[in-house]
Amino acid sequence: MTTPRRDQVTLEPAALQQLIDALRADGYQVVGPVLGNGAIVYDELSSTDQLPAGKTDRQSPGSYKLVPDESGAWFGFAVGPHSWKQKCYPAVARLWRAERKGAAITLVAEPDDSPPLALVGARACEIAAMHVQDRVLLHGAETDPAYRHQRERMFVVAVSCGRPGGTCFCVSMGTGPAATGGFDIALTEVVDQGRHYFIAEGGTDAGEAVIARLTNRPATIEEVAAADAVVAGAAAQMGRSVTTDGLPQRLAANIEHPHWEVVAKRCLTCANCTMVCPTCFCTTIDDQTDLSGAHASRVRTWDSCFTLDFSYIHGGSVRPSPYARYRQWLTHKFSTWVDQFGTFGCVGCGRCITWCPVGIDVTEEVRAVTGESADRAPST
Amino acid sequence: MHTLEPLLAEHPFLKGLKQEHLELLVGCASNVRFEAGAFVFRQGQEANHFYILRDGKVAVELFAPQKGAVAIDTYGEGDVLGWSWLLPPYHWRFDARATEPTRMISLDARCMRTKCENDHDLGYELMKRFARIIEQRLDATRWQLLDVYGVRS
Amino acid sequence: MLPDFFSVRKVRLETDDTFTLELAPAGGRQPFPFSAGQFNMLYVHGIGEVPISISGDPGKPGTLVHTTRAVGAVTRGLRTLKKGDVLGVRGPFGVGWPVQQAEGHDIVVVAGGIGLAPLRPAIYQLLANRDRYGKLVILYGTRTPADILFRKEIEAWRARLDVEVYVTVDRATDSWHGNVGVVTKLIPKAPFDRTRTVAMICGPELMMRFTALELDKRGVETDHIYLSMERNMKCGVGLCGHCQCGATFICKDGPVFRYDAIKGLLSQREI
Repeated sequence: MTTPRRDQVTLEPAALQQLIDALRADGYQVVGPVLGNGAIVYDELSSTDQLPAGKTDRQSPGSYKLVPDESGAWFGFAVGPHSWKQKCYPAVARLWRAERKGAAITLVAEPDDSPPLALVGARACEIAAMHVQDRVLLHGAETDPAYRHQRERMFVVAVSCGRPGGTCFCVSMGTGPAATGGFDIALTEVVDQGRHYFIAEGGTDAGEAVIARLTNRPATIEEVAAADAVVAGAAAQMGRSVTTDGLPQRLAANIEHPHWEVVAKRCLTCANCTMVCPTCFCTTIDDQTDLSGAHASRVRTWDSCFTLDFSYIHGGSVRPSPYARYRQWLTHKFSTWVDQFGTFGCVGCGRCITWCPVGIDVTEEVRAVTGESADRAPST
Repeated sequence: MHTLEPLLAEHPFLKGLKQEHLELLVGCASNVRFEAGAFVFRQGQEANHFYILRDGKVAVELFAPQKGAVAIDTYGEGDVLGWSWLLPPYHWRFDARATEPTRMISLDARCMRTKCENDHDLGYELMKRFARIIEQRLDATRWQLLDVYGVRS
Repeated sequence: MLPDFFSVRKVRLETDDTFTLELAPAGGRQPFPFSAGQFNMLYVHGIGEVPISISGDPGKPGTLVHTTRAVGAVTRGLRTLKKGDVLGVRGPFGVGWPVQQAEGHDIVVVAGGIGLAPLRPAIYQLLANRDRYGKLVILYGTRTPADILFRKEIEAWRARLDVEVYVTVDRATDSWHGNVGVVTKLIPKAPFDRTRTVAMICGPELMMRFTALELDKRGVETDHIYLSMERNMKCGVGLCGHCQCGATFICKDGPVFRYDAIKGLLSQREI
């Protein structure tokens, strides 16, 4: 029996609209899951009516489908093609403009006037992904000021997963299904025996202050137990796993494994996986100018190590072969990222498996190149 | 030729050779000197010697039409020049020209081939040493062939 | 991460495809301290940015010197700059040559082709503090005699009594009376004490690889051999991901690396 913690409260569904309204009143741009482009994506949220109630996702390698959902849950789905990376580290960002007059060039830095963001519906794996990106973009000798500004002001409302997607493996990567930190408010949705409610807890002073402004009451022991069961149930439904013990070393020892050529025959190097991956951070710089040559600007865009010219130096690419580019991505996520930043690059969200047009499953590939058994190991 | 024996003995190419083998070599050896610009041998000539360099510099060249003499390798103190004497038809395939005043010990090829035929131990020792030289030169030639400093457009 | 602007003081053609830019800060910025082996990101207005090693004297930080070849859009843009033109500079970035740690040792500098440019700042520093080092041997290999970089300077270094300089070319012509052959040929006979030598190598990756192997064969410790690596760079500060080679970011963990740390990477294909 779990004794409710002092700060766990029960919210009726209507309180979620209060939450959105309170955050908007505080000046946040509230972003959350909505239906769009045949998927559940992240966009501006002003009403709980926009949440994809009545829909859930069916994900498998190379496939994402929305299907009807009768459960009545508001967050009964897993992650879609969007990640919060879209907001923290945008796909296209102008860095500065330069004006040339004669021989003199003046730079105009791009103003940072983005509103603070409130994420409603952040999954544990996504919070983990933001922490992974924090270590890349905020903890080195050079940091990204716009990303820092975005992250510092961010308000995070986490929602535990009740129903994992068909491709995720957060339990293996130690990133879910429940968020253990990195949130201002954590919600667990319970739809059970005709009742629909949320167990909420504050993760920060700011989060607790907002909860206090919503209609809430202390959670009962039964309600908390039901919420814990939701999370435990999700953990038990993982369809995939990765053995992370010693994985960086095992991958490092198999750089020349013949399997790389095998997966390379399937991989289209289309870069979908890097686009949907919440931790991929590679970017490129596009220096643009108008016809007069007087006005130039520098734009940073997402890039992918799968492209042929990603590694180009005078006359040729260092990684021209597809096998080398696939190997670069996979070994970065599961091996060299650990050397560089102290964590895995992968959070087990499963997006790369779902959105790969040919359905390459990284958990299988990791096993194949490290010589583990090829059969899928189910559950935790 | 007592004066040549210590010179041969201390040369890197012959280091470790047994005393009796060294004495056999001395019998085929003589001192030679080339002025700067003088040819040591010409392409097509009979390969009647091989040379152990004491000092100076010798360039191995090929004469290419419209390009003139193109030097493809140079040798100096401690090097060995020439192995065409080892294998039939015993003809030089390149020119060799001293680019500085050069002193070498030349070893008569026919004398050497006869001694190697009669003493296979000596022959094997020399073959091993030449094989290593040829291997090093093949590696170096291959690296030169790669044209690593060239700019690919 | 915004570039500072510098103006071109002088353009010098070194060989028919290599040129040197001497830059001074535009608008009264302070002199530009850097370590030998570091690089800058040079920005040509409206065209783009490239990483170029600094090739000047760390003891003369008032002038910023870069030597490069025109091989792409940005470097071709750099080639068109004239005295008075302005370009953007971000830097200096990266880990440089271990000039200070190598004090008390014999030094072997092995340069291949344009690799002499990133090594020149180290050579300047070694010469400026000559008495802190043992023997100083400079080995330089390039394609043909016409491609010899900084020829007058090399001849001046060679003229010194306390420096040994050996130059070789892969292919020569009639008028060349120097060494011909691959640069590693110069190593077995170079006059340094292998038990107390630090080697600094810069050139095409293949050349650095076989040079390091040859030095290792000669008995130089692999943790006393240093190479300068190169990869595609967009940011120069470890955030864009392009310059990764194994677990290292060439821009901030390098470009100078100790050989024993990257020996494995050098022998892996397409890494």
